[in-house]
Amino acid sequence: MSMILLLFTFVLAIFLGVELINKVPSQLHTPLMSGANAISGITIVGALLAAGQTDNDTLATALGFLAVVFASINVVGGYWVTHRMLAMFKTKDPGK
Amino acid sequence: MSTFIELSYIISAVLFILGLKMLGNASTAVRGNSISAGGMLLAVVVTLLHRDIVSYQWIIAGILVGGGIGAIAAVRVSMTSMPEFVALFNGTGGLASLMVGWAAYYGMAGDYGDLEIPRGDVVVQVVATFLSVLIGGVTFTGSLIAYAKLSEKIDGKPVLFTGQQWLNGLVLLSVVASGVIFVINPDAPAAEIAFYVTMGLAFVFGVLATIPIGGADMPVVISLLNSYSGLAACAAGFVIGNTVLIVSGSLVGASGIVLTNIMCKAMNRSLAHVLFSGFGSAGGSTQSGGEQGEAKSLTAEDAYYVLEAAASVVIVPGYGMAVAQAQHVVRELAELLEKNGAEVKYAVHPVAGRMPGHMNVLLAEADVPYEQLVEMDDINPTMETVDVCIVIGANDVVNPGARDDESSVIYGMPIINVDLARSVFVLKRSMASGFAGVQNPLFFKENTRMLFGDAKATVTQLVNEFKGA
Repeated sequence: MSMILLLFTFVLAIFLGVELINKVPSQLHTPLMSGANAISGITIVGALLAAGQTDNDTLATALGFLAVVFASINVVGGYWVTHRMLAMFKTKDPGK
Repeated sequence: MSTFIELSYIISAVLFILGLKMLGNASTAVRGNSISAGGMLLAVVVTLLHRDIVSYQWIIAGILVGGGIGAIAAVRVSMTSMPEFVALFNGTGGLASLMVGWAAYYGMAGDYGDLEIPRGDVVVQVVATFLSVLIGGVTFTGSLIAYAKLSEKIDGKPVLFTGQQWLNGLVLLSVVASGVIFVINPDAPAAEIAFYVTMGLAFVFGVLATIPIGGADMPVVISLLNSYSGLAACAAGFVIGNTVLIVSGSLVGASGIVLTNIMCKAMNRSLAHVLFSGFGSAGGSTQSGGEQGEAKSLTAEDAYYVLEAAASVVIVPGYGMAVAQAQHVVRELAELLEKNGAEVKYAVHPVAGRMPGHMNVLLAEADVPYEQLVEMDDINPTMETVDVCIVIGANDVVNPGARDDESSVIYGMPIINVDLARSVFVLKRSMASGFAGVQNPLFFKENTRMLFGDAKATVTQLVNEFKGA
């Protein structure tokens, strides 16, 4: 895809991100941050592409493998811990 | 197939956006997180269908190892240690993005000239490669330092030395220089050296940029590193021309910047001041003259008699409460007070704790009802009608000097006006100053009484007094 289109996407996404987060109450900042953190693990997509190619030599394979490891830590750990926190927020609201 | 993958990425991006939006509301947050995780799962699964992926053993091994570590860490981490946990995870994300950039460069080295895409696009790709390594590297080592400071593996005080600004300037200049060499001709042998030099400098700069930042500013640093980890993923997205990386990375980058901004405002400081001033090193040298007088202490028994007669009580928790693991017994005390007919609220300062919103998580863990948590701006106007304000392990965020004393280094920072309550109990280990290293005139006020000792032990005593009565 043309780089200009990618840049365009990038700028729009930044503005969208600012709008999305601006109205979040401070009570939810910690789970929000760890949830966002999990999303930054999307780099796992790049890691998968790097780890799954054939003509890899040792360094390329190692880089791809380690990238998958670190990105997976981020994704799994991030979502899980966010869920743990949010579950606590939820339980003490028996009215709903 | 590749159109199918691209379309799926759009759905992933939409799920992330919806997820983030729902995370912003307590009633939908759990679902938001699951939706966002669904987006991630979709992105991973369709990527595995990509025609460039032909071998799966390293992928499966990587996901098992990384996912296992992440899951174990997520289950075992205590809510008190959440700040350092998030700091560490920012770091792993940054490192993964660095490796994606590195792997892409390694696969391309010497072939940038042969790419059959417009010259401008090659430049964007090369610049992105440089940025993914730079931002990813800074995020990684910066997060490690933040983690070490937060978990008290190293001293949380700012590390300052002569010539620090010069050294930082020199490193930055070298980064720019190696960036220019790399981008001008990425196929040249010099570019390869510049690439690895950039990586080394990024690691060094991550350390240099984080060590001068003091404990009090950690909420800002975590927010900022959170933003960087997103931007690193975004840069990696440009490297491999992947839309979902760019969109999600920018969302995280933007949210981190918004949170950073909120934290700075809550401390009345500019970002530049947080990053470069080495604030928190003063070590209590900023006492303003002899108006301090003597702090008056109180026993738990006497405190009980006052609390017993109180009709409204506001609890102001700080990180000290978390350190003493006192949140459960504090909730017990609050329940006893309510049974005794008092109205109980918790006033939470935006930077209480060590990351944004940290205190709310700790109180939620102790089953404190959501409705009892009040934000600073809502509690302050009613403070004069409060009978007793109990400050537990908070210091700088209740320092009236920030409001009244123009010479105070934290002057202008919004505080919870506990000193306006009819009486104030401060639970504290000693008279030591807070993170900011500033003496607190609150302790010497006419209506303030100090309850020295471990917060948990003191509150337990109070609870026992109530139960015995």
